[in-house]
Amino acid sequence: MTLASILIQLLNGLAAAASLFLVSAGLSLIFGVTRIVNFAHGSLYMLGLYGTYSLIQFFGRTPLGFWGAVVLAALAVGLVGILIEVLVLRRIYRAPELFQLLATFAVVLVIKDIALFTWGAEDLVGPRAPGLSTAVEIMGRRIPAYDLLLIAIGPVVLALLWLLLTRTRWGALVRAATQDREMVGALGVDQAKLFTSVFFVGSVLAGLGGALQIPREPANLELDLAIIADAFVVTVVGGLGSIGGAFLAAIIIGVAKAFCIGIGTVTWFGFEVSFSKLTLVVEFLIMALVLVVRPYGLLGKPQAAQRATEPAPRLQVPSWTFALVWLALLALVPLAADRYTTILLTDIVCFALFSVSLHFIMGPAGMVSFGHAAYFGIGAYAAGLLMKRFGLPMEAALLLAPLVAGLFAIVYGWFCVRLSGVYLAMLTLAFAQISWSVVFQWDSMTGGSNGVFGVWPSAWLADKTTYYYLALVLCGAGIVFLWRVLFSPFGYALRAGRDSPLRAEAIGIDLRGFQWAAFVLVGALAGLAGAVYAFSKGSISPSSISIAQSTDGLIMVLLGGVETLTGPVVGAAIFTWLRDVVARNTEFWRAVMGGVILLIVLLFPQGLVGGLKVLVARWREQRA
Amino acid sequence: MSQAILQVEGLHKAFGGVQAVADVSFAVSAGEMLALIGPNGAGKSTCFNMLNGQLTPDSGIVRLEGRDIVGLRPRVIWRLGVGRTFQITATFASLSVRENVQMALYSHAGRLRSLLSRFGAAFGREADALLDQVGMLDQAERTCGVLAYGDLKRVELAIALANQPRLLLMDEPTAGMAPKERVALMELTARLARARNIAVLFTEHDMDVVFTQADRIIVLDRGVLIAGGTPPEVRANPNVRAVYLGSAH
Repeated sequence: MTLASILIQLLNGLAAAASLFLVSAGLSLIFGVTRIVNFAHGSLYMLGLYGTYSLIQFFGRTPLGFWGAVVLAALAVGLVGILIEVLVLRRIYRAPELFQLLATFAVVLVIKDIALFTWGAEDLVGPRAPGLSTAVEIMGRRIPAYDLLLIAIGPVVLALLWLLLTRTRWGALVRAATQDREMVGALGVDQAKLFTSVFFVGSVLAGLGGALQIPREPANLELDLAIIADAFVVTVVGGLGSIGGAFLAAIIIGVAKAFCIGIGTVTWFGFEVSFSKLTLVVEFLIMALVLVVRPYGLLGKPQAAQRATEPAPRLQVPSWTFALVWLALLALVPLAADRYTTILLTDIVCFALFSVSLHFIMGPAGMVSFGHAAYFGIGAYAAGLLMKRFGLPMEAALLLAPLVAGLFAIVYGWFCVRLSGVYLAMLTLAFAQISWSVVFQWDSMTGGSNGVFGVWPSAWLADKTTYYYLALVLCGAGIVFLWRVLFSPFGYALRAGRDSPLRAEAIGIDLRGFQWAAFVLVGALAGLAGAVYAFSKGSISPSSISIAQSTDGLIMVLLGGVETLTGPVVGAAIFTWLRDVVARNTEFWRAVMGGVILLIVLLFPQGLVGGLKVLVARWREQRA
Repeated sequence: MSQAILQVEGLHKAFGGVQAVADVSFAVSAGEMLALIGPNGAGKSTCFNMLNGQLTPDSGIVRLEGRDIVGLRPRVIWRLGVGRTFQITATFASLSVRENVQMALYSHAGRLRSLLSRFGAAFGREADALLDQVGMLDQAERTCGVLAYGDLKRVELAIALANQPRLLLMDEPTAGMAPKERVALMELTARLARARNIAVLFTEHDMDVVFTQADRIIVLDRGVLIAGGTPPEVRANPNVRAVYLGSAH
C-alpha cells in the first residue's frame, strides 16, 4: 500500500466512524443511566435515515432543505424516543431488567413495520448533500467533501457532549446516575424526568447518526439490527457508559473496516487472504480481543454495584405426570390434525428445545446470551453440510450435528465465561455474528445467502407425521434432560454461582469451569434443535443463525417467563403459533406481534406463565 | 502452646505508593481465637484478603499447617481447610438454608459434577447437624433470600464449618447485628472452635466482643503491627491507648 492509499483508507474510516460514534454514544448514555439495553436504538437510527429522505423531498434539494431535514429528522426521532420511554419503558422500570429488553424487542418489530408501511420495502437512495457533492483532491486521490465534513462532526459532537455532561446540572445528574442510580433517586432527583430527557438526547443522537448517513447509504429495512450490532460492539469495546470510549472505539472499528475493504485480496505464502470478506467480521474480532484483555472495554469501569436485587425464585420440579400427560397429548395430535398443523407442531417442538436451552443458560446459570442462534444455526448447517457435502447418511448427520455445535460452544464459551452481565451478552452476540458472516460469505461451502437446499430426511422419515414423532422424541428428550440437569448437583452449582460468585469460589467451586460446561451443554442441545429443524424444512438459510433468530429465542423465553421452567416452552409455542397465524393474514405481522408482546409486557411483567401463577395464587387466596 | 495452624511472616502489600501492610507477622494456634483489630484503614481487610487468596502479597510467607499458600486461588485455599465468612454476608439467595450448607458439603466431597443425580439426596443429615450446631435447624427449609441478617451470619458459619476447616477467617463477623446477637454469635464460634480444635482469626469493631471472646489480640495501625497479647495486656499497652484514645500529650 502506498502512503496515499493508506491516507485515503484512514479518511474513509474516520468518515464512517462519525455515524457509528453518534449512535453508540446515544446507546451508551441511555444504558448508563437507565440500565436498559435498548435494542430499539438501531430502529431509531433507521428512522433517522427514512425521515431525512422524506423531509428532503418535501423541502427540496437545497442546502437549507438538506440540513433542515437532517436536524428536523433527528429531533423527530428524539420525540419517538420520548414516546417509547413514556408509553412503554417507564411502566416497567420496576420489572426485572430482562423484561425491559423484551419490550425493546417489541418496539423493534413495531417500528420495522411502521417503516415498511410508510416507505415500502424498496431501498430508498437519498440525494447527495447540496453544495458538498464535489470531491476534494488529497495527495492525488479524490475524497468526497461530505466525508471530510463527517470527519469533523464526530469530534464536534464529542466536545458538545462533553460540555453538556461536565458543565451543566443535567450532565452532573447523568454522570451521577450512571455511577449510582439508586443514590441519585435517594437524593430526591425526579428520576422519571431524568430518564425521559436522557432518552431524548440518546434518541436524537441515533437519529442524527442516521440522518447524516443518507448521502452515503440507502435507507432500508435491514438497517435496524445491522447498526445495533455495530453500536453494541462500539459501546462494549469503548466501555459501557463512556462517551470518550465510544469515540475511540468507533474510530478504531471504522478505520479497521475501511482498511479491510482497501486492502482487498492479498496473497501471503501462497494463500489468498480476502480482507474485504473480513469486513463483516473484523469488528467482532476486535471486540473479542479487547474484552479478553480488558473485560470492561478500553475506557470502561467495572459495572456499578446494584443493591437489593430480588433473589431469583426457587424452581419447582415438574412432575412426571404433568410431563407425561403433555407428551401423550402431543403424540395424539397428528391423529386428529391436518398436515399443516403437524408441520407447525414440528416447528414448535424444535423451537421449544431452542428456547429451553436458552432459558437454561440465562435463567438458572445467569448468563444472558444475545447470540444463541449461533448454536441453532451451526447445528442446522452441520446437519445439512455433513449430509450434502460429506456424504454422510441423514441419520448420522442428525446425530453428529449437535456435537459440532458443542465444539463451537467449547471455543466461544471459553471466551464468554470470562465476562459477566451485559458484556457477556454482547460477546455472545459477537460470536453469533462472526458465525453468521462466515456462513453468509463462504459460498462454496454454505451456499452463501441462498443457503443449502435438498436437506431432506431419509425415506423412512419422509412422512410429515413420522418426522413429527422423531422431532417430538428428540427435542422432548432434550428438554427433559435439561430440566433434570437443573436439579442435579451440577445445575445447583450453576444456580449457586449465579446467586453469589464470591461464596461459590469460597467453597471451592470452580465457577468458570461449571459455566463453560453449561455453555457447551446448551450449545449442543440448541444444535440438536437446529438439526431437527433443518431436516423438517428441507433447506437451511443464513437467517437460522441471524440476530433475528437470537432475539426470537429471547422473546420466547421472556414471553413465557424466565423464572419458571415451563415458561420457555409455552413462550415458544405461543410465539411460533402466533407468528404463523398472523403472518398468514397480514403483511404487517411484525407490528401485530410487537403489539401483542407489548401488551403482555405491560399486563404480565412476570411473563405469561409467571403471571398466570400469580393470578392463580390470588384466586386461591380469595377462596381461602 | 499447641501447634500453629496459620503462620504469617513478613507480609508486605503496597497499592501504588501506599504501603497498606508492612512486615506483619503472627501465628494462630489450633483452638485459639485471635482478634485482629485496628482503626479504619489500618490494613485489616488487606491483611485478610492476602490470607484467603483474594490478594497476592508483594512479599512474605503465609503457611497453613506448614504449607506455603501464597498465590493460591481462594477455592484452592478452601480445599486446604480454610473456612470463611464475609463482612457482607454471601449466601446463595435462591436456595434453602439446608441446600446452602449441602452445597458446601457436596463441593467438599467433589460431587458437584454429577449431571443426573438429584441434588439434596446426599448430605442432608450432615447439613442438619451443622445447622443444629448454629441454631438454624428450625429454619432449614426457608430460602436464604428471606432470612434476617443475624440468621444469615449463622448460616455462613455453618457453611464455613462444612469442610471441617483447620482455620476460620471471619471478616467483621458481627457487623450489622444487634449487640446482644453479636456476643452470642462469637460465643458460639468460640465454643465450636475449641470443641473442634479450629484456629479462628477474626476482625472486629465491637470491642466488647473482642475483649470478651478473643484469647489473644493483635493490633494493626497504618499497616504495622503495634501490639499483641492477651486482652489485659493489650488493654494496658500504651501504643494501643495512643492509637485508640489519642496520644497522651
